[in-house]
Amino acid sequence: MVTLVPRDAADIRDAVASAADSGGTLEIVGGGSKVNFGNPNRQADKLSTAGLAKVIDYDPPELVLTVEPGVRLADLEAMLVGHNQMFAFEPYDFAGVIAGEPGLSTIGGVVCGGLAGSRRISAGSVRDHVLGFSAINGRGESFKAGGKVVKNVTGYDLPKLVAGSWGRLAVLTEITLKVLPKPPVTRTLVLHGLSNQAALDVMTRAMGSQAEVAAASHFPASRKCDAITSIRIEGFGPSVDAREKMLKRSLVDAGDMEVLDGTRGDARWTRTNIAADLDAVGRPVLWRICTPPSQGAKMLSSIAELGGVALLDWAGGLCWARVPIEAAAATVRELAERAGGHATLIHGPDNIRAITPALHPEPPSLAALSKRVRQAFDPAGVFDTGRFAAP
Amino acid sequence: MPISMPAIDPATLQRRQEIVAALRRIVPDGVIDDAASMAAYESDGLTAYRQLPMVVVLPETTVQVSAILRFCSASNVKIVPRGAGTSLSGGALPLADGVLLGMARFNRVLEVDYANRCAAVQPGVTNLAITREVEGRGFYYAPDPSSQIACSIGGNVAENSGGVHCLKYGLTTNNVLGVEIVLIDGEVIRLGGRQLEPRGLDLLGVVVGSEGLLGVVTEVIVRILPKPELARALLVGFPDVESGGKCVADIIAAGIIPAGMEMMDRFAIHAAEAFVHAGYPLDVEALLIVELDGPGAECDHLIERVAELARANGSTTLSMSNSEQERLAMWAGRKAAFPAAGRISPDYYCMDGTIPRRRLPDVLRRMYELSVHHGLRVANVFHAGDGNLHPLILYDANKPGELESAEEFGNDILRMCVEVGGVLTGEHGVGVEKRDLMPVMFNETDLKQQQRVKCAFDPASLMNPGKVFPTLHRCAELGRMHVHRGQVAHPDLPRF
Repeated sequence: MVTLVPRDAADIRDAVASAADSGGTLEIVGGGSKVNFGNPNRQADKLSTAGLAKVIDYDPPELVLTVEPGVRLADLEAMLVGHNQMFAFEPYDFAGVIAGEPGLSTIGGVVCGGLAGSRRISAGSVRDHVLGFSAINGRGESFKAGGKVVKNVTGYDLPKLVAGSWGRLAVLTEITLKVLPKPPVTRTLVLHGLSNQAALDVMTRAMGSQAEVAAASHFPASRKCDAITSIRIEGFGPSVDAREKMLKRSLVDAGDMEVLDGTRGDARWTRTNIAADLDAVGRPVLWRICTPPSQGAKMLSSIAELGGVALLDWAGGLCWARVPIEAAAATVRELAERAGGHATLIHGPDNIRAITPALHPEPPSLAALSKRVRQAFDPAGVFDTGRFAAP
Repeated sequence: MPISMPAIDPATLQRRQEIVAALRRIVPDGVIDDAASMAAYESDGLTAYRQLPMVVVLPETTVQVSAILRFCSASNVKIVPRGAGTSLSGGALPLADGVLLGMARFNRVLEVDYANRCAAVQPGVTNLAITREVEGRGFYYAPDPSSQIACSIGGNVAENSGGVHCLKYGLTTNNVLGVEIVLIDGEVIRLGGRQLEPRGLDLLGVVVGSEGLLGVVTEVIVRILPKPELARALLVGFPDVESGGKCVADIIAAGIIPAGMEMMDRFAIHAAEAFVHAGYPLDVEALLIVELDGPGAECDHLIERVAELARANGSTTLSMSNSEQERLAMWAGRKAAFPAAGRISPDYYCMDGTIPRRRLPDVLRRMYELSVHHGLRVANVFHAGDGNLHPLILYDANKPGELESAEEFGNDILRMCVEVGGVLTGEHGVGVEKRDLMPVMFNETDLKQQQRVKCAFDPASLMNPGKVFPTLHRCAELGRMHVHRGQVAHPDLPRF
């Protein structure tokens, strides 16, 4: 198995066409921060996007950024901060959780992984911010879709499809993203010691209020510390002040509220985004479970019954869970499904990942449709590396 | 009609009675086959195009939709789905040898789920009816196309409709969590749900905005949001378009994303003022309406910031709303811009390109040149925040050649939008209207890739053929692989 490092889109075209001809497979690699996601038994040459690492266009007042996929997320975020802007979907670097060193994560990997952080509930996901792209499909053809303006309905919305596609459709060669102003003030309101159901009620009330909550999470009580429920509000100073008052008033029955300013609060959200504070000892299997928010408290108790630890983000709609090896994948997935959602295996020992598909299996008719859509991009299976294979 | 539609299949027309009978067996009380009654369906909001369908069927249940599609698939009969028929791009234009599938009877709100802040509705429910259903509890559905009183949520999903507030709150696609969709073979599939993320490929993302070419949506789950505490608006006049455009850019550069930001040019201002007497200033070249919403403290703070930026950019008139009545009065003229155009001209043609905002002054200058060239007047209203232009070309269809000139003018505008880095349509869809301009924006490979996605849903191209894509390719032909065995590929590619 070799690693190809194309210098430009033409190189990628050649590499893909050659793989298609010879029955080869290619795994697209950015910074490698998610390389241990999915089935470890995959036989594919690696195609690195490191050679495509230019910022092509950034015009802050247009709210549009066009980049090549190999640009590092950290570099882009630094550039955006310089103009008081950000990726509103709050991308995060999985380094240390799944694989790799911090700071290597690329924008191509962020887009293809489709993983959005805590602000998902207020600002949308990666898919909501990918405006357009150019790519090489599995036939080795260069094509583009979407546009480079913030509002566009011309043709099918393929940018939505490549976001979260995990490199199974095409190799991105250029990505246009929507960026947004960075709120000048962020504040985190913290409640201590709430039961899981009480915390869910608090988050639901906050989300239903006019306080425009940006993010809401809940860490259940553990042997080491009390439960922590956090609500983030952000925006212009006078607005944040008013919304803090609004929430304090409406959640007065939930106990004393601690207020964390900017950086202190932000650091917590960064850790929440990668479930950094879930105790991994004896619980090496990490799940990301998406359900309707109202099911959050139930998910927490179900995970506890399996001997796991878990936290809620997205006001209850995202449950990060660490479970012991004995907690069967089928059981976790059944719990997620019964709650109206699904579970993604983010990380675990090789032998677990070898027998557990990373993505929640789809019902047969949907799986058949997804497969036809994948073949529409990649008929020869160049990007079908076995990473998402069922055993 | 200058646009060519797929060739009519005489064999299908010969079987018409048989097809009508089969549909009647599926929906006994919902088949219309007499020409007089079918006339109501001969066009949508793009009235320049008209065609009677072969037959109209109005199902009431998902089971019926599934049976209709299964029958059409087995009998190789084309289908055109239709919501409320308000499309401005001809997305619901019937086919002479096709079944028009009207979804109007799917008109129930199935469930409002406040705990999960979403609502499950049938596709025939109107956009505004969703807000009406949930406003008692302080919620609303954010996307607000100007036809929201009439347009259906199913049509919004098909067209990925926008509206005045989509800069801040997103288009339909950003506000839909899930759909139930019936594929052409009758299979019923659910995409998304009440959770925020898909479990695999984001097929929901492709279905929204697919203009009825992939399947028939029979249920939609939309997000509902708490209604902001307050909304306030500013009305600002500028002596030239450049200053107005610069002001818009400065507002966004200051980190402010207004709920709405609309601009009108001189002609549109005068037309609107003459029609509704909104109190608009008549001695300005550009009028900007900026709406801010959120907690009262935020609106009050930001409205002052925006006012400062407007003054710094040389505004000559400026007023701020201090009551809901004043705010609505500021919007009255903008909301009446289309009928106002209708009042000063027998016909008008509404365009919908998007451009990078920085190109606005240049694009407008060239548009006025084109106006002279084509001998037709044009009024401009735009969603200034996101660069979405709505030029209204005024013409008289009774004058020979004027419709053709208007279409030529419109095409020139859209070509210019793409040339400056923009797109053909910001929110109205491609439909039949912009179909033949698609090659201006996409090359053959781009279009083939999109059509291959269609083939994954609809291999016989029976769903709404003749829309979106200028050339109909057979799926078998698109699926062919060209193999280059024997060639030496990338000999000098670095390998490690």
